[in-house]
Amino acid sequence: MNLTKIIKLANGLLLTPNMDTNIEINGGYGADLMSDVLAFSQPDSILLTGLTNPQVVRTAQMAEFRAIIFVRGKQPQAETLLIAAQEGIPLISSPFGMFELSGRLHKAGLPSFESNESN
Amino acid sequence: MSPTSRLPVRTPTQQETHGRRDRSITDQDANAINRVEELSYDLKVHEVMTANMQIATPDMPLSAVLEILRINHISGVPVVKDNQLTGILSLEDIVRAMQKNELSAPVSQYMTSKLITVASYDPIVGAMQKFSDSRLGRLPVVDEDHRLVGMITKGDITRGILVALQKDYKEEEVRRYRASHLFEDIVSDRTTLVLRYNIKAHDFTHGGNASSHIKRALLRLGADPQTARRCGIAVYEAEINLIIHTTNGGILKLEVESHRITMSTTDDGPGIPDINQVLQAGYSTATEQVREMGFGAGMGLVNIKRCVDKMDIESTVGKGTKLVMRIYVPTENFNGRKDEKPNEPPTDHRQS
Repeated sequence: MNLTKIIKLANGLLLTPNMDTNIEINGGYGADLMSDVLAFSQPDSILLTGLTNPQVVRTAQMAEFRAIIFVRGKQPQAETLLIAAQEGIPLISSPFGMFELSGRLHKAGLPSFESNESN
Repeated sequence: MSPTSRLPVRTPTQQETHGRRDRSITDQDANAINRVEELSYDLKVHEVMTANMQIATPDMPLSAVLEILRINHISGVPVVKDNQLTGILSLEDIVRAMQKNELSAPVSQYMTSKLITVASYDPIVGAMQKFSDSRLGRLPVVDEDHRLVGMITKGDITRGILVALQKDYKEEEVRRYRASHLFEDIVSDRTTLVLRYNIKAHDFTHGGNASSHIKRALLRLGADPQTARRCGIAVYEAEINLIIHTTNGGILKLEVESHRITMSTTDDGPGIPDINQVLQAGYSTATEQVREMGFGAGMGLVNIKRCVDKMDIESTVGKGTKLVMRIYVPTENFNGRKDEKPNEPPTDHRQS
């Protein structure tokens, strides 16, 4: 699904200026636990999270997410924005909560990119 | 208007729903991030300012300016006469006039003519300094001849820096191409590239920077994306561990050879009393602060083990911990010599 469409579905606001939103997002993953993100996500998806510290972007970069949506209208710290700009990862703020937003995106056809791989 | 009148019920504006867009970078942030500091000297005011702005003239009635402010949702306008900046009129000035019921007075009577301006050719660091000294929200930008050429806000500066950082990101492709020939171009019986990073204890702000550099280095050197991802995740968890748990921080080291990648962390304390315990999923000694950041769920070492081919951890209480992580890679990964056989075959492959 195109990121522009996701932003529309999320009623979202692009926080990183001039970033290309015409990119393909293959799936979605939601978590507030960074170790879970690192362990169970699959690359080239979008991260839905309620955390806004700079580590979220680092984590997303390591796990190869293409974009991050902050749920419930949360605003990232300035450092978070800077790292995202530096790494070319679009940040989006959505007024919806994690469950609501996951539901909306999934219903619109964005598959879950949570891997079922167990320890 | 009755003095007891209430604010009408209204729907929240976009800015209220999403917070302020004019996010400013504090001096502290700027100091913390070197590239931003660099950019604050490289970028010039005219590159980030808003050139297309509303202006007022000295003889305009205040009521007309109020209308301009209202329609454009702005809180002040520069006052210009014959292309020269002569003052600034803000909402506060208009409020003063309203109190005296003088909205029909000309702008010149209420404007502020003691001006703080920024030169268009100055680096943005100069503007940042003026914002911080004056506590003003917007400053007029003038050229060499004191002609008004634009307005600048803290938001313009932030935006300019973010856009410039994104340009850096796009240059990555070129760098990747250049570095990917390193192992091919330098001939030896065994080439090892060693990268060392000093990790400070409890420095969460920079947490992950070293891992980010490592991952980028691997990709530049020509590692396949899957290998780079596994290394990135493992080394990131290890870096976060150094930040969370060590007394004095530690050293993160990456050794790249054409057939394998070795990542290691060493620190001088406090050491782990029971290694088997820390290898259990869910075991954690992390503080509430660390957990709030999304870490400390007791998954760090478990995650590392999943990502690498071989993991060794040695620790002595009071002395420190050494963690070694190894990933074996196909030789073509780094454009290495194809006839070179791995010295240590991957006997201890990742368990499923």
